[in-house]
This record gives sequence, C-alpha cells and structure tokens, in this order.
Amino acid sequence: MPIHEKSLIRPENLVTHDHLVIDGMDVSGHWSTFIEGRSITDYNENLQEEIAALPGGENIHRCWQCGSCTNACTVNAINPEFNPRYWIYLIRLGMEDELLRDKDIIWQCVSCNKCTYACPRDVAPEGVMKATAHWLELKGHTPKSPSTIFDEGFSAQVFQRGKIEDGLVLRNFLQDTGQPLRQPWLETMILGLIRRFPVFYLIRLGLSTVFRPKTRGWGRARAAINEYVHEVEATNRKALGLDAKGAE
Amino acid sequence: MADGDYKKVAYYPGCALEGSGHAYNASTKAVGKELGLDLVEIENWNCCGAMEVKNIDPKIQTYLSARNLSITEEMGFDTVMAPCNGCYHNLKKAEYDLSHDDASVEVNDRLSKKAGHKTYEPGKVETIHALDWIKKAVGEDEIRRRVKNSLNGIRVANYYGCMYTRPRHIFPEKDKGPGSESTAKPHFMDDILAAAGAQNVDFPLKTACCGGAHSLSDSDTSTKLVLNILTTAEACGADVIATECPTCHTGLEMHQIRAEKVLGRKTNVKILYFTQLLGMALGLSPNRVAVQENFSDARPLLKEKGLA
Repeated sequence: MPIHEKSLIRPENLVTHDHLVIDGMDVSGHWSTFIEGRSITDYNENLQEEIAALPGGENIHRCWQCGSCTNACTVNAINPEFNPRYWIYLIRLGMEDELLRDKDIIWQCVSCNKCTYACPRDVAPEGVMKATAHWLELKGHTPKSPSTIFDEGFSAQVFQRGKIEDGLVLRNFLQDTGQPLRQPWLETMILGLIRRFPVFYLIRLGLSTVFRPKTRGWGRARAAINEYVHEVEATNRKALGLDAKGAE
Repeated sequence: MADGDYKKVAYYPGCALEGSGHAYNASTKAVGKELGLDLVEIENWNCCGAMEVKNIDPKIQTYLSARNLSITEEMGFDTVMAPCNGCYHNLKKAEYDLSHDDASVEVNDRLSKKAGHKTYEPGKVETIHALDWIKKAVGEDEIRRRVKNSLNGIRVANYYGCMYTRPRHIFPEKDKGPGSESTAKPHFMDDILAAAGAQNVDFPLKTACCGGAHSLSDSDTSTKLVLNILTTAEACGADVIATECPTCHTGLEMHQIRAEKVLGRKTNVKILYFTQLLGMALGLSPNRVAVQENFSDARPLLKEKGLA
C-alpha cells in the first residue's frame, strides 16, 4: 500500500530500535528508524456514496485533487489542519478512520464559498463540508456541533413563524449550548448602545421581543415545510443505512 | 428587465434589517427618498433562509426565497431590491437553482401548492442589490451633482464580504466587462462612495470572510477573522470600513469588541453602512441615517470630519 499522504507518517507509525546490530553494523537509535508497513483493510467502500447522498455532497466524485479549495480556504489560513482537499481524498478512497481523526473540526467551515468559487470541477466543496459534518452527526461519530444547534434553532423559528427575531436567536443559542446569557462582550455592546440612547431603536427592540415578527397566513407554509423536513430526514437516514429515528 | 431604470422597485428588507441591522434599513430608505427613488416593500414577506436553513436542506431555502419572488411578481414588479447580502444571495441562488435543478423545481412547486400561493417560475423577477440600485438608478454623475456634504477626507475601506460575489455561477450578470460588477475585485461601492467624495484606500480584503455564519457558534474563529480585517483596514490607512451587509456589519462590530475583551487587541477603525455614508454626503443628518444605532461609535470621527 503506498503512503497516501505525508501526514500519515505519524510518531506512532515510526519504529526505532534502541539497540540493534545488523551484520556487525551498529544501527541503534535513529539509524534504524523506519516507517512501519501498513496494509489498510478497513475501507468503507460506501463512504463516497453516503456523503454524496446528503445535500451538498452530490458532486464529490468530480474532484481531481488540484487543491484549489484548500488553497482558497478561509479556515485553513488560521488552522492548517482544516484541509478540504485531503478530506475529499479520504472520502473518495473510503478511508473512514483517517477522516474520523479530524471529525471535531470539519463543522468549522464558515461557508464563505471561496472553495466553490475556485474549484475548476464544480465539486462545490462548501457543500461537501456540510454534507460531511452532517454525516458525522447522523452516524453518531460526533455530537451535534454548535453550528448545527444554531442552524436548528434558527430554522425552527423560520419554519414556525416565517421570520426570525435576532434577540431570541441569540438567547436560545446561548441557552441550548449551556453558555451564560451574560457575556462580557455582549454587555459592553448593549451598554454602549444604551449610553447613546437611540430611543426608537430600543423601543423597537423591546417590542419585537413581545410581539415576535411573523409572516401573516404562514400556517399552510409551515405545515408544508414541516412535512417536507420529516421526509428529508427519513431519506437522509435511509441513505446511510440508519433506522427511521434516533441517531444515538 | 435588466435595462430597467430601477426608479421604482420592490423592496425586500429581510429579518436582519428589522432587527439588529435596522440602521441599514433606515439609511437605505432615507437615501432612496432623498434621491427620489421609490421602494415598495414586499407584502407579507418571509425569511429567505439566511445561512442556516440550507444546512437543514437547501431546497427549503430555495422555496423560502422563491415565495418572496412569487409575491413580488404578484405585486406587479419585475425587480426586487435586497440590501442584505444574505437575502440577495439567496434570491439569486433560488433563481439559479430553479433554472438548473429539476429536483428544486419539483420541491418548490409542491411546497408552493400546499402553502396556497403561485409557484415562482425563474425569469419573472430580477433580484438586485442596494449597490446595483444606487449605481444604475442614480449613477456617479448624479451623486456628484447632489452631494451637499462631501465625504472629503474620510478614508474608506470598502468591504463587500462573501455573499455578494460568491459562488460566481449564481451571478450571471457579473464579470461581463466594463460597467458590470467584478466578482474578484468588486467596485460598485468604491464607485458610489468615491462619487460622494470619500477617499477609498487600496484594501485587499474586500471579499474576505468575517466568519459571519459562525459568529456565535464558533466565536473564536470569527474574532480572528474579523480582527484580521480590522487591522488590515487600519494598516491601509482607513478611518472607516464601509459595509453592505447586516451580518458582516454586526459581525465586525461585535468581534471588534470581543477582540478587545478576549484577545486584548483594540482597534479604532469605525464601521458604517455605505448607505449611512452616502446619506450624510447627500446632506442627511447622522441621526436620520441612524448612526446612533451602530455599536461602533463613529460620531466623534464624523464631527471631526465636519459631517455631524
């Protein structure tokens, strides 16, 4: 099996003998360093198909590994471990275990679409990142990420009333992720605003927490969307070979 | 349709402009009124799906945006103006998906029928951004004539963000040579503010990402990304970063404060919507364009520059 990536040469794959003499030649210590032979047998041959079945992952098969996505990536610039090209490579080969080593950062894609803009093969790597993060959660490899918790809270408001209210989105998210409502930066922001006392703005904000913004006559749209969401959830789970409900 | 004069268009403010981005709403309307442009708000609009609903399922986002386009058409308009980059992006994306993806068409049709309104068909409504609106309906020459209070001496870094230019394929009218907007180096905001007297600095991060999608869910990443934008703008000599998106704007303001609290990095560059700068150049008072609602307090700077 060839070495797939330089990054696969990890400390645990290196072997060094403290005392080793071969044919009278002392090769103790780093003279005897070699990379352990590896044969990979645990491919998940359905991995690419599974990712492609989730929204956003459809075009993953087109990738020819040019690396434009990683080169353009906003998150890669602040965390070199964040490497969309490499993850697409692992998914296409079915190297699930290697992919899972990075499972806790894949959700951090900020959807800036620089990758999709740069991609010469229309893979839409941004969508692949979202599909992969979704796959990790559905398979139970990761808990729901803060991003997913935010998306779900936000979408629930949209589906329920047709519109969102900023304050409620913020409050629900902090509560759902177990963070205190009193964040130092938030207090500074609010205090600064109150000091300038934009009366009508503050009244507007106050009123919107009581009379939540909503779209009139939204009832039928709500029912239609909710029905469709259940359908999508079932389809996604079925594509990954999971039973109808309960991921964990 | 594309040759329309945009003097009277349907207006889609979106959720952010009714909440945290209210200053953008107020200043956009005030500028429109001052320039004699007519904005007619879409009746009973709904959220476009922002950056969140697509992660539940992209086709619901397409439906949500298409519903707004359908109402625009019913109201007899062939153009809708959305000042928010997110709304603008999503309406454009819906237009693209409904012309290229059969599955999106099918889901949109099904949900529209069940919701009891007309199914939107692509090609009926053109979506434009507030920048297109000012640029095409008024233009630089007219702005130059109408400036009462030049922004002379204010150094501006024009910040366009992600959703205004990416991905390229949903903006077929861009990158069409002279007169059209560029996705790599957008310039509509530069053109408008230059006409209003501002001194645009050479800012390399015009379309960098502020981490807006994860502003709350991955705050540390967003703070780093925003701090990079703020310090670069300052290094370029900017007094002000001009914005055209409520998510970017709020993100820059929030993480400017957060960078100071968490990373101990203080930056002084002020953040204003381009409509606020344009409005003041046209002679509107800072209060009229809701400068007092911004978290980043630009009033001392405006006073110094003779705008307040």
